[in-house]
Amino acid sequence: MNIENKMTIEFESRSINESLARTVVAAFISPLDPTIEELSDIRTAVSEAVTNSIIHGYTDEIGIIKMECFIVGNELSVEISDLGSGIEDISRAMEPLYTSRPELERSGMGFTFMEVFMDNLEVVSVPGVGTNITMRKRVGSVKEMQEYTQEINHNVL
Amino acid sequence: MEETKYEIVRRVLIIRLQKDLDHHCAVNIREKADKIIDRYYIKHIIFDFSKAKFMDSAGIGVIMGRYKKIKYSGGKVVVSGLNKSIDRIFNISGLYKVIDKYDTADICLQKIESA
Ligand SMILES: Nc1ncnc2c1ncn2[C@@H]1O[C@H](COP(=O)(O)OP(=O)(O)OP(=O)(O)O)[C@@H](O)[C@H]1O
Ligand SMILES: [Mg+2]
Repeated sequence: MNIENKMTIEFESRSINESLARTVVAAFISPLDPTIEELSDIRTAVSEAVTNSIIHGYTDEIGIIKMECFIVGNELSVEISDLGSGIEDISRAMEPLYTSRPELERSGMGFTFMEVFMDNLEVVSVPGVGTNITMRKRVGSVKEMQEYTQEINHNVL
Repeated sequence: MEETKYEIVRRVLIIRLQKDLDHHCAVNIREKADKIIDRYYIKHIIFDFSKAKFMDSAGIGVIMGRYKKIKYSGGKVVVSGLNKSIDRIFNISGLYKVIDKYDTADICLQKIESA
């Protein structure tokens, strides 16, 4: 099975759009037959990145968040970007439990979840310009393996 | 979307989450819960997740925030009905170090009241 697909959406940095972003990505990857666990991993990672753009990127103003999704083969790649405040010190920001907004009851676990739940995470950010998060994950690989073994068995027989 | 349900049983506040616990919903839940905690002298809190499907780091903030609020008066926060992915978020973030988990809200209530 070889799927190629691309999708882009833009939405305003309103918290109501957090669930919109999760739902859209989940629908986009359904042709890959994700497991329930893969689906919840991806929903969580997307939710973290979008929430960060809303809370930290744009803080009290409304800006535009762009989400681009690609499927190549069985890999999903999601790029979430804002034109907000940007991050001064990326490695500190990515440390577990680091938050610049403890007064908002943030726990500093967002980047950690993105790292744990996805195969790959890349952060590009420029203070005063914005932030771009790219995450990749292979989806439905369990099923792919089963099909592959079936095919091998078939060939052998 | 269905509203979060709040129930008070002898100074225990049971918060029954519906569907999602993300940043969008967290703001309301925090405000409402804190009002109830202060007004009804709440001692312990049960978060029941049996109707909840999703939680992200915002949920950790809500739970830890309420935990900090009631721990000085000897209160406890306990949780019930977590699905697999919410359970994993609890594990990774270390919430189980301070928060106990039981199968149902009823068992939570029994455990709190027999302690
Ligand atoms: N899009 C962004 N724009 C500006 N700063 C950001 C952005 N994303 C993350 N940051 C910075 O990185 C820090 C760490 O982010 P992370 O998501 O790990 O934790 P948090 O958002 O503070 O808390 P949590 O996600 O647990 O609620 C943030 O506190 C913020 O300072
Ligand atoms: Mg975050």
